[in-house]
Amino acid sequence: MAEAPKVAVIRTGLANLASVLAGLRRAGADPFVTEDPSDVGRSPYVVLPGVGAFGPAMERLNDSGMADRLRERYEAGRPTLSVCLGLQLLHASSEENPGVEGLGIIQLHIRKFPSTLRIPQLGWNEVRPESSAAYLQLGYAYFANSFHAPSVAEGWTPAHTTYGVNFVSAIERGAWLACQFHPELSGDWGLQLLKNWLSLAPSRIVKSEVKAC
Amino acid sequence: MLTRRIIPCLDCRDGRVVKGVKFQGLRDAGDPPTLAHAYELQGADELVLLDVSATPDGRATAVETVRKVREVLSIPLTVGGGVRSAENARKLLEAGADKVGVNTAAVENPKVIRDIADQFGSQCSVVALDAARRLDGAGWEVVILSGKKRTGLDAIDWAAKVVEFGAGEILLTSWDRDGTRSGYDLELLSAVSKVTNVPVIASGGAATPQHLLEALDAGADAVLAASIFHDGEYTVQTIKQFLTDRKVPIRP
Repeated sequence: MAEAPKVAVIRTGLANLASVLAGLRRAGADPFVTEDPSDVGRSPYVVLPGVGAFGPAMERLNDSGMADRLRERYEAGRPTLSVCLGLQLLHASSEENPGVEGLGIIQLHIRKFPSTLRIPQLGWNEVRPESSAAYLQLGYAYFANSFHAPSVAEGWTPAHTTYGVNFVSAIERGAWLACQFHPELSGDWGLQLLKNWLSLAPSRIVKSEVKAC
Repeated sequence: MLTRRIIPCLDCRDGRVVKGVKFQGLRDAGDPPTLAHAYELQGADELVLLDVSATPDGRATAVETVRKVREVLSIPLTVGGGVRSAENARKLLEAGADKVGVNTAAVENPKVIRDIADQFGSQCSVVALDAARRLDGAGWEVVILSGKKRTGLDAIDWAAKVVEFGAGEILLTSWDRDGTRSGYDLELLSAVSKVTNVPVIASGGAATPQHLLEALDAGADAVLAASIFHDGEYTVQTIKQFLTDRKVPIRP
């Protein structure tokens, strides 16, 4: 059997990383936690997790130099998985902290769920990927979010989910996968998604350009 | 569409799952990771691990138990029991809890709810609200210290307040019904779910699938039960089938 692939998991602050680390181990990877931007540059796989708020997380990514390394990694198209807040951070901005610039890899905005709903959305909801998706399959995933991406950026293949409104629950492009839900908490379906990404991403590298904000 | 959650609860003491009525006469019910994994296979949507240890040594064991459960568990894990500070919460989150429940400490010092929400996000801040019908029958009051102390605090007002303090979910236990097998307190449940816009988990009194259905109809977003699963009377799977047949949105 091939050696377990090394996966750098970015510490974005006080996030609980135990679940994502355990999930990656179950998927056959050898994950490690890092606060060193050079790991983001050189690691074969990177995971951008995220629990907490948009503004403070961006501040830490900017101050540590992680933000620039992530944009470079996107331009090079190297395997990267963003989870929950991680997906939101790829965007230009969020209603959670107006005025804070996101990574800007996706030039779209994150919105709050309508206040008529129970917030946060906590629980299992259906994920419906487009048929051209490479990693994502139809199934149920566990969500814990108050904010969401309403629309899909050009060049990304989405999955959609409905919670009062229709929103983008995951996107993929080349070796990049971003999930609003938690694959590490989504049972066998989530485990299969992690395995799909680990095994297929290295052969799906697509280079891109990050447009200046 | 968001599905309703079925949540088995593991009461743990000194590294073992225990069961008993109102924490009296506890009997050994098994090894936490083994039971946790079995419930995931049965289709549990989430697990609650409640540490009912009474000693500091027991508390330290709870962190170890969380770590062991996390390694085998691919569904969310909420841990409660004896959490008094954001620092306690941090230890449990680092060990692998996804959410932390605060009970007595939240009543004594509501700032702890805010501290946990600020540091780790509202989605990991669960307030465990234990309520009992007032002795004169007029409404419900909050009880603390495992039901030993009545606070006089109105349970419905308190439910609305904890959300202002940053709670992302309420685990609502009826102390009158807990361990009685007479069904959830539906009136309490409906009153609480009307005054808050965060998810509400119903707890206390479940003995049949019908009880779970009633709680979901009364406004619960999720239902928690312990003994009906531990006794092997029903599996999560059979209960999910019962609810699906009655048109409740349930994860297959």
